[in-house]
Amino acid sequence: MGTGLGEYLIEGRNLVRMFGSRKERVTAVDDVSFGIQEGEVVCLVGESGCGKTTTGKMIAGLLKPTSGQILYAGKPVWNPRGDRGEDFKKFRLGVQIIHQDPYASLNPSHTIYKILSTPLLHHKLVANTHEALERVIELLNIVGLGPVEDFLYKYPHQLSGGQRQRVSVARALTVNPRFIVADEAVSMVDVSIRVGLLNMMADLKRNLGVTYLFITHDLAVAKFFAWEGRIAVMYVGSIVEFASTPQLINDPLHPYSKALLAAVPEADPELTRSKERVELRSQDIPSLLALPSGCRFHPRCPYFEPGLCDVRRPALLPVGENRFVACHIAAREAGIPA
Amino acid sequence: MENKVADASRAKVPLTVEDLWVEYQIERGVVKAVRGVSFSLARGESLALIGESGCGKTTLGVALIRLLVQAARIPRGEITYWRGNQGIDVLSLKERELRRFRWSECAMVFQSALNAFNPVLRIWDQILDTAKAHGGMSRAQVRERALQLLEYVQLDPKRVIDAYPHELSGGMRQRVLLAMSLLLDPQVLILDEPTTALDILTQRTIIDLLRRLKEEIGFAMLFISHDLATAAELADRVATMYAGTIVELGPVDDIFYRPAHPYTLGLIRAVPTVTGDFEDLVSIPGAPPDLVDPPPGCKFHPRCPYVTEHCRVEEPKLEIHYGETHSVACFNVRRVQEDTLDLQERYQKYMGGKAQWAQG
Repeated sequence: MGTGLGEYLIEGRNLVRMFGSRKERVTAVDDVSFGIQEGEVVCLVGESGCGKTTTGKMIAGLLKPTSGQILYAGKPVWNPRGDRGEDFKKFRLGVQIIHQDPYASLNPSHTIYKILSTPLLHHKLVANTHEALERVIELLNIVGLGPVEDFLYKYPHQLSGGQRQRVSVARALTVNPRFIVADEAVSMVDVSIRVGLLNMMADLKRNLGVTYLFITHDLAVAKFFAWEGRIAVMYVGSIVEFASTPQLINDPLHPYSKALLAAVPEADPELTRSKERVELRSQDIPSLLALPSGCRFHPRCPYFEPGLCDVRRPALLPVGENRFVACHIAAREAGIPA
Repeated sequence: MENKVADASRAKVPLTVEDLWVEYQIERGVVKAVRGVSFSLARGESLALIGESGCGKTTLGVALIRLLVQAARIPRGEITYWRGNQGIDVLSLKERELRRFRWSECAMVFQSALNAFNPVLRIWDQILDTAKAHGGMSRAQVRERALQLLEYVQLDPKRVIDAYPHELSGGMRQRVLLAMSLLLDPQVLILDEPTTALDILTQRTIIDLLRRLKEEIGFAMLFISHDLATAAELADRVATMYAGTIVELGPVDDIFYRPAHPYTLGLIRAVPTVTGDFEDLVSIPGAPPDLVDPPPGCKFHPRCPYVTEHCRVEEPKLEIHYGETHSVACFNVRRVQEDTLDLQERYQKYMGGKAQWAQG
């Protein structure tokens, strides 16, 4: 998209993912394409059910696309028969995922040492248990869990939510990933702790060169974490806008992005009172079983044009440098012929 | 003190809480979940109770309608609902009186809108059950009132009333709960995290709806939230809770632009806005205290950048600091205030330089 191929560390091309039986089939992700450059942060935002987690799982290799391809360092992750490609192992070690709920993703009967040393020993990243201990101590320091003696032999339930999520990050780091998919990684953490966790994850980008796909429903968190990166807004299975974070926040082009930014409550009473509302034509989020024709947002869109928006589905088109939008009206205003 | 207000004004204050304590007995000892909380709610007012998980805000909310779990007890305190000049002492109500009291004087809408419903009953049956438990209305009256209320919360009443809970979206369920809570026309509505699990656009609908309900019906609203943005949107006054007690209480603008407690300031500094300027954020170091074995002195002192020797030995009381409306429990208010100049300036800018503060 735009910047030429092969430059991306990871790229999804025309990703489609369906769920369900033949009788009742839903397309959770419908033709999503995007690339992430090495060292970049891309945020995927959208409301529940928009397909952002499914997209993240495909990008992390946890879910096979129904069609479409994922390229890691320029090579396809799945071979043409749909089996794991030759470099699958390299891909799986290079890409790690951090889940929302550290209660569920950490084994409750293992100590922090065991949780972190197991992947190190399994993948032979260390020669012996002595080296494993050294590396575990190093990882705990990287994620800001110190003094390490206080944590090594504790169990997940003995830690606070923020500390547990730091352990999840440390575990992701055991295999020296180049790319981390963080799926609502700070959503369950209290606000006073959240910023510390976000800053720690941002330090990993700075110090270790980690690239992120950061999935969140929280626009404030997306703005803070990806201020120097890009945000992709998803709606009912598709990306509707993709732009640099300041552009998207300050000058959204897609009516859905506009509606979100106008609706989001702000932790600043005057700012929130002075917001101009975007009135939607309907409050109902379409069911994946009965998708609207044309643009999926048209039944709710205040800029809806009959005969255009309900007939033709808009493609995600470039409307400026590194900026993409899937809207007939926005494209026309940007001078792109329909 | 707030319970000493003149009798004549009591009709305007439907709820007063005085020195309320709630404890839980657990294996490790006694959890002091609510410690000496006092406040009052005025008619037509919304008070936000903000704080992080485990600060006691939900326990406080549940205690106000005496729905505490078995292991909890209230060793001290007064909760009084006022009808005109007549006070109902909630802590002395018998189980039967309590049931009547719950929906008709004070209704609570819980956080998880799905779990609040019985999954095998249609919405209509659940509404009818609630109405029956309180008596006074015929079946037809209940039906009519229910349809009215569902329409009032912007639902399609005919469709929703015969639906099962799973057939409704999260936002619709939240609206049904709101409608149900209004069934018996309570004067006080307690909302526990009313918008937490909802998507942004749905959240907006609920927030706008709550504001409209408050303005049109004029009940008093206490809402419990960990989310500062919801408080900034909906509250007239904000109470910050930490380690079981209210550490700051004041008008919403005071709390956001001139916070006087280090914890409130810490929360504000830790939360980004979306469309405001990009700001560097600071997290509060450490974690909330163990309420079985809390630290001596001010419970926030181990995490506080303003800590002095005094804070380690004595717990500050919630005292009026500005005018008559802004109270804070901190020994170092002046130093905290010096660090809020940027927020005060931002407020002046919003107000075109015309902001007026109560004098401290």
